[in-house]
Amino acid sequence: MFDYLCVSSFIIEYMLKLLGRFFIFLNELFTRRESAKVYWYRFLDECLTIGIDSVLIIAIVALFIGAVTCVQIFANLVSPVIPLYIVGNIVRDMTLLELSSTFMCVVLAGKVGSNIAGELGTMRITEQIDALEVMGINSASYLVLPKLLAAVFTFPILAIFSGFLGIFGGYLAGTLTGILTPEQYIYGIRFSFIPYNLTIPIIKSAVFGFLIATISAYKGFHTRGGALEVGKASTAAVTNSCIAILIADYLLAELLT
Amino acid sequence: MIEIKNISKAFNGKVVLENVSGIFKKGETSLVIGASGTGKSVLLKCMLDLVEPESGDVFFDGREFLHVSEKDRKDLRREMGVLFQGGALFDSKTVHQNIKFPLDMLTKMSEGEKNDRVEFCLHKVGLDGTGPRMPSEISGGMKKRVGIARAIVMNPKYLFCDEPNSGLDPLTSIKIDELIKEITDDFNITTVVITHDMNSVLSIGDNIMFLYKGKKIWEGDSTTIMTSSVKELDEFVFSNHALKKLRGEYSK
Repeated sequence: MFDYLCVSSFIIEYMLKLLGRFFIFLNELFTRRESAKVYWYRFLDECLTIGIDSVLIIAIVALFIGAVTCVQIFANLVSPVIPLYIVGNIVRDMTLLELSSTFMCVVLAGKVGSNIAGELGTMRITEQIDALEVMGINSASYLVLPKLLAAVFTFPILAIFSGFLGIFGGYLAGTLTGILTPEQYIYGIRFSFIPYNLTIPIIKSAVFGFLIATISAYKGFHTRGGALEVGKASTAAVTNSCIAILIADYLLAELLT
Repeated sequence: MIEIKNISKAFNGKVVLENVSGIFKKGETSLVIGASGTGKSVLLKCMLDLVEPESGDVFFDGREFLHVSEKDRKDLRREMGVLFQGGALFDSKTVHQNIKFPLDMLTKMSEGEKNDRVEFCLHKVGLDGTGPRMPSEISGGMKKRVGIARAIVMNPKYLFCDEPNSGLDPLTSIKIDELIKEITDDFNITTVVITHDMNSVLSIGDNIMFLYKGKKIWEGDSTTIMTSSVKELDEFVFSNHALKKLRGEYSK
């Protein structure tokens, strides 16, 4: 019993310290800021890196996941009393509620998260961050804030894009393989449609964008050592971001639905 | 003039610096020397407030640096130029953009003025015409020169160089040393160089501080270092074969 308490208190203390350091890091992003003009140009750059450069991978993933969802739902619809347009209906809801936001952000955690952690980690070990600090520039704010803003801005756009392509992927798979007719699929995706559901992937992806950008930046920014540690920071950024996304997904599902 | 007073630093209980004090005078190239792991770079980082020392103070022309408001520290930082060990050039920017960066961030100069200043600094370090190249496209010695150009672009009063010769061939090392000396003399600034290169010690060391196991155990210049009776310094200096032979000649 005594050991159990000891271990528990140690873990709680560790977690609280980690959380404290993370919030101090977040606070640094918003203090001693540079001019708005500097952030604007950096924000545009980061929108290109984080958003535009992710379009291709998101398009491929969304199209195929939509297609697979359609095929799997049809394969598991064993009851003859369930009309075929339900396939389109389920593809739509799965895509809007989970795949276009959660699944897409897990993929982006791999691409964007490792990129952010790797970039900042390399800048740290090659003293580029120190160089910014000795110039009197708040390196955390200068480097991380534009990434954070770009992620929160571009992830919802990517989620809308991913949602559209996911549903389109289901349409292609469903109609080209003869699972159902185009009319049935379109009827299905329009059937009992709740417009509010469109806001869910937008809110979710903005929150996930915030989590991926901040967690990955925190891991990269606090890298110490050499190339090996940069690799470890990138891995930790992806795994921690994925865990955070899944926890936040559950909380958001409770809050939003 | 830079004055450091009783700087101490420990990492996880291991003492790296112990009450190091000293004065680095204006217009002189001051060297901090010592074997690897003696705390030279940590001392530099403490002086720049990149590492927080356990105790001690740093004064720049009588102005306290470590225990002042963030704004005052930021103002003082603008008077400093730093050459990092690897150059610390921003990979995503060209040579020109790297040198121009402090001007973009910290001044309100016009684009024309900034470009003129960058060209002047590039000329000063002997790299005319390399502005459009990326850091990955230039050699190690050139990176150091670009680092120096970026360090002097804001017209600093204080120049810090962390092992400017590391990883360079002897000829390039000599050129970098000469450049640092020339900049110190031309701009009449206070220069602090962290090094363990004996060529630098003998050629540009106006004032030399020797660190051993985190403590300052000797201070002098490039002449007195050769005749010092401090055992640890003697071992450090004459670990160089050429100097060992030279001493043999002297004793004959």
